[in-house]
Amino acid sequence: MPQDREIAIDVRDAVKRYGTFAALKRISLTIRDNEFFTLLGPSGCGKTTLLRMIAGFEDVTEGAIYLYGEALDTLPPYKRPVNTVFQNYALFPHMNVLENVGFGLEMLGKSKAEARARAGEALEMVQLSQFASRKPSQLSGGQQQRVALARALAPRPRVLLLDEPLSALDLKLRKSMQVELKHLQRETGITFIFVTHDQEEALTMSDRIAVMSEGELQQLGEAREIYERPRNVFVADFIGDTNLMEVTVDKVSGGRAQCHLGGGHSLTCDAVDGVEAGARVHMSLRPERLFLSAQPAEPGSLPGTVRETIYIGTDIATIVDLEDGPQFTVRSSNSTRGNARVFEPGQNVAVNMETGAARLLAD
Amino acid sequence: MAKPHDLRRYPGFLAITILCLVILYAPLMVVAVYSFNASASITIWEGFSLRWYADVFTGPESAKYRDAAWNSFIIAITAATSASIIATLAATAVLRSGKFRLRTVSIGLISLPLMVPEIVTAVATLIFFNALAFERGILTILLAHIAFCIPFAYMPISARMQGIEASYEQAAMDLYATKRMAFTRILMPLMMPGIVSGFILAFIISLDDFIITNFVKGAGVETLPTAIFGAVKQGIKPNIMAISTLLLLVSIVMVALSWLIGRKDQKT
Ligand SMILES: Nc1ncnc2c1ncn2[C@@H]1O[C@H](COP(=O)(O)OP(=O)(O)OP(=O)(O)O)[C@@H](O)[C@H]1O
Ligand SMILES: [Mg+2]
Repeated sequence: MPQDREIAIDVRDAVKRYGTFAALKRISLTIRDNEFFTLLGPSGCGKTTLLRMIAGFEDVTEGAIYLYGEALDTLPPYKRPVNTVFQNYALFPHMNVLENVGFGLEMLGKSKAEARARAGEALEMVQLSQFASRKPSQLSGGQQQRVALARALAPRPRVLLLDEPLSALDLKLRKSMQVELKHLQRETGITFIFVTHDQEEALTMSDRIAVMSEGELQQLGEAREIYERPRNVFVADFIGDTNLMEVTVDKVSGGRAQCHLGGGHSLTCDAVDGVEAGARVHMSLRPERLFLSAQPAEPGSLPGTVRETIYIGTDIATIVDLEDGPQFTVRSSNSTRGNARVFEPGQNVAVNMETGAARLLAD
Repeated sequence: MAKPHDLRRYPGFLAITILCLVILYAPLMVVAVYSFNASASITIWEGFSLRWYADVFTGPESAKYRDAAWNSFIIAITAATSASIIATLAATAVLRSGKFRLRTVSIGLISLPLMVPEIVTAVATLIFFNALAFERGILTILLAHIAFCIPFAYMPISARMQGIEASYEQAAMDLYATKRMAFTRILMPLMMPGIVSGFILAFIISLDDFIITNFVKGAGVETLPTAIFGAVKQGIKPNIMAISTLLLLVSIVMVALSWLIGRKDQKT
């Protein structure tokens, strides 16, 4: 991803307070032009609030937001080249699908004919041309969602805001819409800001992800970066499954830290800045980067007993009790090779880790 | 289907229901039936005839009733229209302008007149016009009707507006509609069923008002209710029943209209 791309949205020290409650606590981030950008975080962390501030429905208590270099300040929503796909779609119930989609164009002063033509194109883009004359109430949830998408895309905004647009759809439809959305973003070249609390959705769709919690930005980066190098406990825990445990650092040397966990098991991993011998820090171990082998344990692996195996479909998860130590979850793919590493409950095994599987976390 | 504890299975339920219906509708039925009486008596049935309807339209008093009906109609239409517009604007201000000081007070103030005894309103309105040295006539009736129709129009309009999510207007503004366009293109059409109900309610209330009208009308200006009252004071003639039945019919038509609009709205 080129770093010198134009900046679409620049949020600078934005604070949002409702009375004394701070919904956003001094957030700064930049969103690049033509980027599929995702705001990810648990319910109530302020995703919608930030989106509404960009759209102009919520004023910024402190700080500023810039859109392509221009301060948004008090610009009313109807003067911002930004469109929103609302969480509940908010399709106008008294207008048919085509009128809904053409509404923005009409308000921009396009002629009725042009509005209709371009609305028709937008409908074609989401494959709903045959429903042009239906009322929104005569459509399924997924179809309504696509109308909302076409309506927001038709005026060709510079930035499209999507507030959990897929949350009401079933899993299958959701997956296909994820692909379709990503495709539309590439095709139109419009900057997408996508809100979700589903980490898997965020990982599959986004160029970059901003992880938020309680009104604060926790980490910003590409999917791989966030998944593999989480900055703190919150991010490691929120994105994907992980074995999270407290460890004591015994020795730091040459960029490597030797640590031990409950039961006296010791292991070595990459050090992070500011960690010194004697510190108690959190460690994250992704279950899919661990694998089991029969005992006796090789040096560097951790001896334990299988408590339970869980069939997931694509994967098989094994829960292992370390001797006098914490519990580990280990995942292996449900394949011939992966299944060779699955053991029966009660068996003594050794937990091995790929290099770089263990990560110390700042906090 | 009647369930084990269905109200309909309690003893006496049917009798009480019938009694209530009789009390409610028997007087109306009597008036409606006797308006078709061939006799000049109001109690003795002598056969079916439309003679009293003919009398209303062509008889010696027909001019008086026609003028009164015309006044009533003009006042009801104008008052209902004005009241609906004012109530719509009031509802928009109260429900769509965010939180402002005295918002709760405003809501209360708009609906309070519904609970004030009408005679008090009538006296107050009369004193008000006198204080301003307003000459009583059709204009005073009209102003009074607009005023007391507002809370009636406000009820269905605000109820409807409360049911419309703010996200529709936000979506409109997001799609480049100014506040005004969002109001006329989105909010107004969605509110239309409420506005129509408010209008019809105000129309019926105005059409049938007697107490306030009687206080503020000038000499010689009559509406249908005051004309009927004036005539009844000299004894009830069957043509009064014919007029009453016609008025009843207008009310029924209006209520049916309102119901039909409401039903159509539920389907969309
Ligand atoms: N109008 C408001 N007045 C007071 N508090 C509000 C208001 N709107 C939102 N909040 C609070 O701000 C916080 C962030 O809300 P927001 O809607 O942005 O969350 P979210 O991240 O979108 O959550 P979700 O995933 O549930 O939609 C919440 O704690 C919420 O209670
Ligand atoms: Mg939200």
